[in-house]
Amino acid sequence: MSELLIRNGFVYDLLNGIDGEKADISIKNGKVVESVGAGATVIDASGMIVMPGGVDIHSHIAGSKVNAGRILRPEDHEKDVERHTAITRAGTGHSIPSTFTTGYRYAKMGYTTVFEPATPLMKTRHTHEELDDTPIVDKGCFPLFGNDWHSMEYLAQGRVEECAAYVAWMLRATKGYAIKMVNPGGVEAWSWGRALVGLEDRVPNFNITPREIVHGLCKVNQMLHLPHTIHVHTNDLAKIGNYQTTIDTMDSVRDLGGDSKPVIHITHVQFTGRTGSAWHNVGSGAPEIADYVNKHDHVTVDMGQIVFMNTTTMTADGGFQYMLHQLSGNKWMNQDVEVETGSGIVPYTYKRSNYVNAIQWGIGLELALLVRDPWRVYMTTDHPNGGDFTKYPKIISWLMSRKARDKSLAKINSIARNKLDLPDIDREYSFSEIAVVTRAGTAKALGLKEKGHLGVGADADVAVYNINPTKIDSSRDYLLVRKALKKAAFTIKDGRIVVKNGEILETPNGRTYWVDSVVSEDLGEKVESEMRKTFTKYYTVQMDNYAMTDSELANSNRVEVKAEI
Amino acid sequence: MKEIILTIKRELYLPVEASEISPDKLAGKSVKEIESTKIWEGNKQLSLNDIFNVSEKPNDSDESTIRIVGNAAKIRKIGYRTSSGLVIVEGNAGMYVGEEMSGGSILVTGDAGSWLGMKMKGGRIEIKGNAGDYVGAGYRGTTFGMKGGTIIIQGNAGSEVGCWMINGAIRIKQNTGLLPGIHMSNGTILIEGNCEGRAGGQMRGGKVIVSGYIPAILPSFAFEEIQEKTKFGDEKIVGPFYAFSGDMNENGKGKLSVRITANPHLKLYEKYLEA
Repeated sequence: MSELLIRNGFVYDLLNGIDGEKADISIKNGKVVESVGAGATVIDASGMIVMPGGVDIHSHIAGSKVNAGRILRPEDHEKDVERHTAITRAGTGHSIPSTFTTGYRYAKMGYTTVFEPATPLMKTRHTHEELDDTPIVDKGCFPLFGNDWHSMEYLAQGRVEECAAYVAWMLRATKGYAIKMVNPGGVEAWSWGRALVGLEDRVPNFNITPREIVHGLCKVNQMLHLPHTIHVHTNDLAKIGNYQTTIDTMDSVRDLGGDSKPVIHITHVQFTGRTGSAWHNVGSGAPEIADYVNKHDHVTVDMGQIVFMNTTTMTADGGFQYMLHQLSGNKWMNQDVEVETGSGIVPYTYKRSNYVNAIQWGIGLELALLVRDPWRVYMTTDHPNGGDFTKYPKIISWLMSRKARDKSLAKINSIARNKLDLPDIDREYSFSEIAVVTRAGTAKALGLKEKGHLGVGADADVAVYNINPTKIDSSRDYLLVRKALKKAAFTIKDGRIVVKNGEILETPNGRTYWVDSVVSEDLGEKVESEMRKTFTKYYTVQMDNYAMTDSELANSNRVEVKAEI
Repeated sequence: MKEIILTIKRELYLPVEASEISPDKLAGKSVKEIESTKIWEGNKQLSLNDIFNVSEKPNDSDESTIRIVGNAAKIRKIGYRTSSGLVIVEGNAGMYVGEEMSGGSILVTGDAGSWLGMKMKGGRIEIKGNAGDYVGAGYRGTTFGMKGGTIIIQGNAGSEVGCWMINGAIRIKQNTGLLPGIHMSNGTILIEGNCEGRAGGQMRGGKVIVSGYIPAILPSFAFEEIQEKTKFGDEKIVGPFYAFSGDMNENGKGKLSVRITANPHLKLYEKYLEA
């Protein structure tokens, strides 16, 4: 069978305590093994960095809103067209690449696993159709529960166990991987033309507060033993002074923490970490949030870093997108998904000269640099909201080099520069910390036991970058680092060489991860018969047509867990 | 200078992407080099001489000239990014004539397709026949249309002339379809014939002049005054005109002038003069 030996690279496998030491990685049948025979194909990685394949915890790459964004923005594709080759299909970018292009571009950067973090329950079938057409990378998606009528009703009645059984059914029906919440309660309120402020306002018609939704679903998450924590886009996103809501949200589930295992992931904190009382005095709440994260181990966060470019913002947070449309005057698309959620899309250009944009740029970086434990802060751009994922090497260079940051700082709005703490932060990430925030940490947070490391038994997803960490000073030569990370020397997926020197060699189809949390038969049946009634009452879709079967996924990877109920 | 003559050899059924046909790219090249220039027809890449007979003749003009002879209605992007020189199409031309051109001039003796002068920055385009939709517009989805230069159409033009136009001038000697000047922020559009209606919809600035008949003025335009004359560049256009401003929905400061004699049904606006 196919055997591969990656020889003499500087290996960064932090989950197994290997920190840039020279080592060989042996691969057989798509898995990392102890050793291989003499006939193995040898990759000479001397003078290069060897890391597990990248794992992206939050990137909007598929589903109805991503596709709506593609429809809304022909001009985005016009500037970035890729012709087909003998191996790859034709496609377009730029901020919302077509599915095939998405897979290729991730693989070229050495990423092998990507999670789509927001899919309306009812539209998850569409998400999977697109994920099936996203080649090379392994993938999964997080269905949206934060504004879902069933979840809110169960929680408002205090029936947490029934809610858990409902969520388990829904994850199975949608082939989802984790519980996602976007502006919990707030999107439902917005669909009635109202706005919630903070965590204590009541959701219209549901007698429940955002705090109760987050707490309830966090408990559900624990009961179901889901591999990932709840994944939360907090309330009040992009509003001035919203850092307090973010901290309140983290604190609302503190009582469920303990045994040092995180229970909540707050995503794209850059958008939810603002201080101030008006647009002219918006500031960075990153120090306060980082301080909270440093003191409490039940929280993980990701950056949602912005890059100065024209991009497409898209989120299930319909109300926020309406605000952005009014602020920017740019075109806007809005969707309401019956019973479940909403969404909005607005193109946006982040400008260096814009005071608020410059502050946003600073918040993301400050957060990553001020949270001391790299295992609890991850690098994302909330693709495509803060910028597209091909800008990751640029962000990594900002994290690794003060010089790179200073160079960008010199070009941003000067009032923002004076207000940010960023110029005073000296910290520079090492390659091992980068390996944590881009793969080891994210794989751990997602509960993917066979990803993010290169120990025996791990999936043979490997990225080899042409940088010699003993010769290159990443602080000074950040441009070389950026260049090397843009185009992996080798990307290996399940033991197959899919990318060499930034060029695609092969396009296998990755697996789709989904969670099947098995609840007790009695409870499952009880909840299902209740749902049968509510489905007829609420939905335009029949319950029997709603659930996806396993065979609808091109390459299904069921993760079974035993629920405690 | 020399004149390059490209004669179409055969009837074309598939669209031809001819962004290479501009004086900037072909001037100074030998006939052989021009013949081997790559060009796309449908999904096949061909050489220029698969479609054209290439020849050249001396020319006493000091501009480099390209002359296309035959029905080029399927040929797109003629004069793409032209910055100087002259392109003459003897016959019809396809879509995107003069896309992103910044100087020089293009003359089409027949009709031109849609998206004429898309994203144009300067220079001059003249069409002896009719033009399609989106004259002087931006790429679909963008908010950046024509930024400068002049487009003159002797015949009719389609809908949405000057969509997202930022500056420059468009003159149409005959009629246009709906929504001339939609989203425009500056520049001038002169329609000497009739307009199907909705002139200036969502305009934020600039000027649209309709010398012929228009069925109605959008309700989001405010009647200002009766003008004796108006201007198109330096040229005086004698009226009288009803002058409107709008589009109020966009907080617009655009001007719309409509000839009184051709539009007796708009007389109702005159009652606002007394107030």
